[in-house]
Amino acid sequence: MQTVQPRSLPLRLPRVRPGGVLPILAILAVLVVLVGIRQPDFLAPPSLMSFLGRSAPIILLAAGQYFVIVSGEFDLSVGSLVTAQVVVAARLIDSDPARTWPVVLLLLAFGALVGLVNGLVTTRLRVPSFITTLGMFLILVGAVYLWSDGAPKGGLSEEFRRFGRRAFEDVPLLGRVPYALVVLVVLAVAAVLLMRSDFGRTLVAVGDNPRTAELSGVRVWRTRTFAFILSGLAAAVAAILLGGYSGVSFQAGNGLEFGAITAVVLGGVALGGGRGAVVGAMLGALTLELLFALMNFYGVSGALRSTVQGAIILLAVAVSATRSSSR
Amino acid sequence: MSDPRPAPLLTLRGIGKSFLGVRVLDGVDLDVAPGEVHAVVGENGAGKSTLMKIVSGGYSPDEGTVEFAGATRSFRGPRDAQRAGVGIIHQEFNLLPERTVAENVYLGHEPVRRGLVDRRGMLERTRQLLASIGETTLPADARVGQLGVAQQQVVEIAKALALDAQLLIMDEPTAALADHEVELLYGLVRRLQERGIGLLYVSHRLAEVFDLSGRITVLKDGRRVTTVATADTTGDELVRHMVGRELSSYYPDRAAPEDRGPVRLNLRDAGNRKLRDVNLQLRAGEVLGIGGLQGSGRSALARAIFGVSPFTTGDVTLDDRPVRLRSPRTAMRAGIAYVTEDRKGEGIVPRQSVLDNALLASRAVFAARSGRAARTLRVRELLAAVEVRGAGDDQEIRFLSGGNQQKVVLARWLALNPRILLFDEPTRGIDVGAKSAIHDLVRRLARDGAAVLMISSDLPELLGMSDRIVVMRDGHVAGELPAGATEEEVVALAVGTAREAVA
Repeated sequence: MQTVQPRSLPLRLPRVRPGGVLPILAILAVLVVLVGIRQPDFLAPPSLMSFLGRSAPIILLAAGQYFVIVSGEFDLSVGSLVTAQVVVAARLIDSDPARTWPVVLLLLAFGALVGLVNGLVTTRLRVPSFITTLGMFLILVGAVYLWSDGAPKGGLSEEFRRFGRRAFEDVPLLGRVPYALVVLVVLAVAAVLLMRSDFGRTLVAVGDNPRTAELSGVRVWRTRTFAFILSGLAAAVAAILLGGYSGVSFQAGNGLEFGAITAVVLGGVALGGGRGAVVGAMLGALTLELLFALMNFYGVSGALRSTVQGAIILLAVAVSATRSSSR
Repeated sequence: MSDPRPAPLLTLRGIGKSFLGVRVLDGVDLDVAPGEVHAVVGENGAGKSTLMKIVSGGYSPDEGTVEFAGATRSFRGPRDAQRAGVGIIHQEFNLLPERTVAENVYLGHEPVRRGLVDRRGMLERTRQLLASIGETTLPADARVGQLGVAQQQVVEIAKALALDAQLLIMDEPTAALADHEVELLYGLVRRLQERGIGLLYVSHRLAEVFDLSGRITVLKDGRRVTTVATADTTGDELVRHMVGRELSSYYPDRAAPEDRGPVRLNLRDAGNRKLRDVNLQLRAGEVLGIGGLQGSGRSALARAIFGVSPFTTGDVTLDDRPVRLRSPRTAMRAGIAYVTEDRKGEGIVPRQSVLDNALLASRAVFAARSGRAARTLRVRELLAAVEVRGAGDDQEIRFLSGGNQQKVVLARWLALNPRILLFDEPTRGIDVGAKSAIHDLVRRLARDGAAVLMISSDLPELLGMSDRIVVMRDGHVAGELPAGATEEEVVALAVGTAREAVA
């Protein structure tokens, strides 16, 4: 009749639930304080709003990556998918405003299709997702080069670029609110609601123990495939925002997959699945961006970005691994 | 000790072993002479495997001594035991399928000439070795993966002999063999005997034990019950030694004959890779117990009905209508629930909350049918009704005791209002209080009209709970027993001493 009680220490620390968002909130708070000391202006509405808008793509990618990781898989293809989307958009729109909306829809469909293929190859053909999405990464890189003869062609319309560039002006208190931030908030709320739904709870259960899920009637392959589709859709939205903000290049999506994975891990989501919150993943991305901003303020070389990312991934996984094995 | 037998090869004295405070072996004595086949029999969990691991260096005993070839030994591990001359042939072979017979036989101690592996010498020595045990048809350069199970077993034995084994332990050597291959094994065992090798032969199948062994040791609950000369005993006597414990616990009343409803599930000549020609009827209102040894097809039966590894032959009808149960989902939609034997591995999602665990199946299959709030409310009521204790609904399930975890799993299935429930070892690893709560619940479900199939290795539980008992052996139904059957009758069917008959 007894349950294993967490040992009560004489001096009780606030109980940190594994997979909760408390640790990442604490880290974020520390960074905010550090930024506030070094560069107080940064926290004033104008630059803060613009920072949040700039961070929207990576935060969305982290949310997309979260769905895949929490279900027990990986998606390494999102970076090259973003590049492909931006290049495709430029060539198809070819500066014609009338083509903006059809192309936006096409990009979303393209993202969903790539996710679908990733998902089906992983679940039905039983290729480990690490390999599936690495293969997809390479396929997209090559295909885009081939399709555009080595240099991006065409151009984005101003209508297309406004998603990543423009803002609601003169909002009370906040001032200038980028469209990207609004898109982010809407989709973040949708992601949270999705994770509270039957689908969301089932997705985490699949990552926790797919055998149990299967024997309880869950179609594990469908659930995981849907997670890949969500990741592909997130990449499409990120591409639309990024294309508008920073323009068309073959480097548009470079390294974003690792940024997203780092963010997810930093946000307390267990690699291998089954634990963690989507809010944690998004806060992880925000924290990462803030860290890079801080490094910038302190004049640390931008070349250190990937080193820092690598170190964070190793550290975060090591911390969560030792914590869960010490139980 | 005016024994005419030669000095024993192996002598165990007072072997005791405990795991986590549970006594698995207690004061076991046993000896094997060169050229003798000494059989060890007993129920699942009697301590056979642990004893064999102690002899072969896998475990070291807490108490007692192991004497081998005239000296007291304490092996530091399996390799140490191998070097001393103790070989073990496991049920699952340890062979490299992509390597040749010779490479497997000499794996890790390849003959070397001038610093390189002497392939030709290795092949030649393997041939001689195989010939010495009468195997002239098995090519030494064949890839092991291409060989049949019986031939792979020969390779395993040759592997042990290449290390000069004087004592061979065979753990259920016929479990994987077809009938005609068993004869080959018999021949092999006799030739090993002629070479003066002592054999410890562990088996569930009494027929083999009588065919091969000179003496038999019966283990029960970790103790040696008796050691007898095979010629002086009978199958019935052995079975009596293997069981024979009092029914002490309380079990809920059985169903009265008039409470048994119509046939819900009917299997006719149903089979798949692990089952053949299973004929079985499951009625509303009854608890049908399924007995048999591990690997006899009990779990395979439940998993086939639930569509995990579906039947490939025969007919299944549900309420007189033919059905094909292709997957757990189709089975669930047909009103079937399955509580698995492996709670940790496939019964719970460990890091999710009690509530999420209990909702898992309803969300997956009947999500559209009922409102979210109503469903959650119902599951909370069920969790309260099965009396999950010491935990809030939001606690991660892995922190609960085994009994409470099992109750949550039950709530998950009860939420679907199943009409057929398949329980595989429902009380394994569960404390006494939770155990009787689960027994009561199982009986209450039957009384409310559900058809219950319950697999159990726990004989008192099987006898105490079941309205009828079907005993499985080698993937088919060995026989059926009415309520009030004895442990001896169940075991006799399970090990194959009783004539197969439907009571």
